[in-house]
Amino acid sequence: MRLSAPAKITLRVFAGIVMAAIYLPLALVVTNSFNATTSGAFPIKDFTTKWWVAAWHNEGVREALWTSIKVASVATAISLVLGSMVAFALARYDFFGKNTVNLLVVLPIALPGIVTGVALNNTFKTVLEPLGIGLGLFSVIVGHATFSIVMVFNNVQARMGRMNRGLEEAAMDMGANMFKTFFQVTFPGFRSAFIAGGLLAFALSFDEIVVTTFTAAPGTETLPIWIFNNMSRPNQAPVVNVIAAVLVLASMIPVYLSQRLTGDDKK
Amino acid sequence: MPATATSLKLPVQAESSRTTPAISLQQVGKSFGDFHAVKGLDLDIRTGEFFSLLGPSGSGKTTVLRMIAGFELPTSGRIELGGLDVTNAAPFERDVNTVFQDYALFPHLTVAQNVEYGLKLRKLPKAERARRVAEALEMIQLPQVARRLPSQLSGGQRQRIALARALVLRPQVLLLDEPLGALDKQLREQMQIELKAIQRDVGITFVFVTHDQEEALTLSDRVAVFNEGKIDQVGSPSDLYERPATRFVASFLGNTNLIEGALAQELTGSPALVSLRPEHIVVRPLESVQDSGTSAVTAVIEEIVYTGPTTRYMARTDHGTQLIVQEQNGASSAAAARGTRVRLEWPSRYNYTV
Repeated sequence: MRLSAPAKITLRVFAGIVMAAIYLPLALVVTNSFNATTSGAFPIKDFTTKWWVAAWHNEGVREALWTSIKVASVATAISLVLGSMVAFALARYDFFGKNTVNLLVVLPIALPGIVTGVALNNTFKTVLEPLGIGLGLFSVIVGHATFSIVMVFNNVQARMGRMNRGLEEAAMDMGANMFKTFFQVTFPGFRSAFIAGGLLAFALSFDEIVVTTFTAAPGTETLPIWIFNNMSRPNQAPVVNVIAAVLVLASMIPVYLSQRLTGDDKK
Repeated sequence: MPATATSLKLPVQAESSRTTPAISLQQVGKSFGDFHAVKGLDLDIRTGEFFSLLGPSGSGKTTVLRMIAGFELPTSGRIELGGLDVTNAAPFERDVNTVFQDYALFPHLTVAQNVEYGLKLRKLPKAERARRVAEALEMIQLPQVARRLPSQLSGGQRQRIALARALVLRPQVLLLDEPLGALDKQLREQMQIELKAIQRDVGITFVFVTHDQEEALTLSDRVAVFNEGKIDQVGSPSDLYERPATRFVASFLGNTNLIEGALAQELTGSPALVSLRPEHIVVRPLESVQDSGTSAVTAVIEEIVYTGPTTRYMARTDHGTQLIVQEQNGASSAAAARGTRVRLEWPSRYNYTV
């Protein structure tokens, strides 16, 4: 379809405004992390890396980073295993309630985080705590896994739908049992979707705050929670900017890689 | 009378009573919900023969192949391979291999790795695997593509690799699911010749699914003609072509003139269906003398189609029946024009009552 010149200009302007609205504030945070003044005054007179050094040596930040990495890694691992198992079951077998299962797996991504958070909070406090499993790192991981799993599930399911089932039949035809067929033929077929889903799951978990707020015990602090708790302290503002910049990168890289991976398969 | 597979099977059993058939289907049925894809099938396939399952799409031939391979389980009946009951065995427990319609080569493995795959599963030593892969690629005349990926091959090359991958395992039975369907006409004809030669060399039983009657006739020792989940007839290509058992078989294999009613009565003394092949009829001028031992009708030429080696005439008899005549060009061309009245003549022995 050809666009008229005025239409082109209008579309470009709107696209520019939208992009600016999203990315200028992010750019501001990143540049401010190098701003020498504590107040973040503009225009920036002196650039410095001292806030990055300060952040690196901040005990609270280090602990929060480590917590975030633990939570995101374990939640991603759970999502990879369970997400691809569900995707495999739904893509390859017919069973009663198949569509319902599909909906129930995807639903948490659409549910408001606060609902998931409150529900999990209640469950842990009223049901699991008496059994010895209170709020803590584990509850945060479970909370993150509920929506991270959707990233893996969606990616893997879409790929499996497009995969040639004849390949699996061919493997069995040549003597491979179910297990070998899955690991030697089926899995290589959806491996890039599996990794892409995992990267998205990691990115999603790494910067999650709402569900985390309700599932973390008072002592458990992930990076986003640390930012939230320190935002109001003026002397911490520059370090908050550094952490925010780190979070931007930590989310951007996996998303970029995941797009590259899924793009490769379309060729 | 439709000759069932069962009645045709009897002389076969008598003749080879000492050898077990390579494949034996006994009252095999397969339903998908309300749809009966295969209905109570009996079929014996002999060891070492090139056997084709021929029929239009949806006639159940592919379902039968998939049941022999183990990808589908029959709803009823029994399947034996070399006398062993495999009715409910998994695909990896059966000594058959399949060449798939879309080849199903593993895209993440090289050609050599594809061919080696089954040998690796059988835990053959490395040197033995390398030797057999090289042999298999030699057999299909493609040793130079061993290190390529399937995506870097042409359709004809992929087809051969699929064949090599299945044959390298030396199965009792090789199943081929329309393996030439995706190739262009020239390549297909070339592959038909190669396939036949390979089958003769390796001596493995081939079961070949196709909807192409010419292909089935060209390649097969015997053919089973499928029609709506049942077998209408099993026989050698000439049996099927010269002596079709049903109206379906007569019309599915090549062109034929199906003559019923008054004209049939006049020709054979019975109103039963007569199948008359177009190439048996010649067009002669009305004033010529009819040869002895021939049948003849007068007809008006309605259409003439020149096809290169042959010319086809569409003629309408005085009874109103349309007959198709196919004459070899160059031999004794009648050169009849459109609209002329002619005599259509053929040896009476070709009046074949179905």
